[in-house]
Amino acid sequence: MSWTKEQMADKVISLFKPGSSINLGIGMPTAVAERIPPQSDFMIHSENGVLGVKGRPTKETVSPTLINAGKETISINKGASFFDSSMSFGMIRGGHIDYCVLGGMEVDCEQSLANWAIPGKKITGMGGAMDLVNGAKQVIIMMTHFSKDGESKLVKKCTLPLTGYKVVDLVVTEMGLFRPNGKAFEIIDLAEGVTKEQLKLP
Amino acid sequence: MSSKVFKDAQSALFDFKSGSTLMSGGFGLCGIAENCIDALTQMDVKDLTVISNNIGNSGRGLVKILVQNKIKKAFCSYVGGNPDLEKQMMAKTIEVELVPQGTFAERIRAAGMGIRAFYTPTGFATPVAEGKDVKNFDRPCILETALHADFAIIKAQKGDPYGNLWFKETARNFSPLMAMAAKTTIVEVEELVELGEIAPEDIHLPGLFVQRIFQGKDYKNDIEFLLLEDQS
Repeated sequence: MSWTKEQMADKVISLFKPGSSINLGIGMPTAVAERIPPQSDFMIHSENGVLGVKGRPTKETVSPTLINAGKETISINKGASFFDSSMSFGMIRGGHIDYCVLGGMEVDCEQSLANWAIPGKKITGMGGAMDLVNGAKQVIIMMTHFSKDGESKLVKKCTLPLTGYKVVDLVVTEMGLFRPNGKAFEIIDLAEGVTKEQLKLP
Repeated sequence: MSSKVFKDAQSALFDFKSGSTLMSGGFGLCGIAENCIDALTQMDVKDLTVISNNIGNSGRGLVKILVQNKIKKAFCSYVGGNPDLEKQMMAKTIEVELVPQGTFAERIRAAGMGIRAFYTPTGFATPVAEGKDVKNFDRPCILETALHADFAIIKAQKGDPYGNLWFKETARNFSPLMAMAAKTTIVEVEELVELGEIAPEDIHLPGLFVQRIFQGKDYKNDIEFLLLEDQS
């Protein structure tokens, strides 16, 4: 049985040390935000300029100037702070953020990531992803294991335009938890009943 | 003190002309200079180079001048959620330079700080690195240059006649950086207050960086994605 998105999110959360600062990307990593226990002491960073994000506002507390990087309304924790984009990316690029969790299209054995562009397809831009993968202390990629054609997205070498070169620490998919080590993917954990053969690892 | 206070967006933009480079603050629609953007829609200007994180979104913000074909070139980090810009990019009627968001912020900051260029690992071995100088420090880095502008249009919650500004919540984003990087910074505020009303230690951007300021009006403050506790 492969993991559900919620189980993948819980697996990611289990990697976080208490008191960590964490940046969560858009797409699949938003599931992580939804699963973080309310009593946790994590400091959630959003690159548009807030540290200390906590869930959603109520009708009474909602504010058009209080949003996350996905442009969604948010709420904040006690101890939160606001700052400009330069300081926000200083937190990222200066190596002060403990973990970032991003979605992925391809991750390769060399620890490189492609997650922002498919040649010939609609262009959305990289946003803060290239800064995050080069700056965060730990880069965790959360993505589905297989492409629509059934091929593994954990590959020998990325074919899509890169987001970052030699930057990925861990990959969580519905099949398990993996670490690219430069030559291959080490299997850290597998979903119950998943066999090594099913993974189609390079 | 010669006055920096203007009546409205139109009067504050009196010398804005075709071919200008314009920085526009805001993240998505959060913290955008609504009055200045509306005034630009009424002005006969073209061939603008615009530096803004999203160039508006969902048909709003800077999209209003984008669809008037006033923008020749855009620097931004993210265009998802902006179908009008995607369309112009595909049709090649606009030149777009996609910049990683942190590099984007830093290039603007660098301009304001007098830094000509800097090396960063962000973008190395990606399409962003094409044609750029590479140098190895602890890791390979690429050379990025400062981004200047003729004008910046930004919005703050509070400002005083000297141009000292206070931003609300996450509406600050790129605005203070842009104010420092532009030759002429035009600020619109929700509340124009007396000198001294914002405590000196609460000033987010000293008025030194502001050339013009006016009391804005009719703010929409659109929310792009409204998500509430009981819905999520």
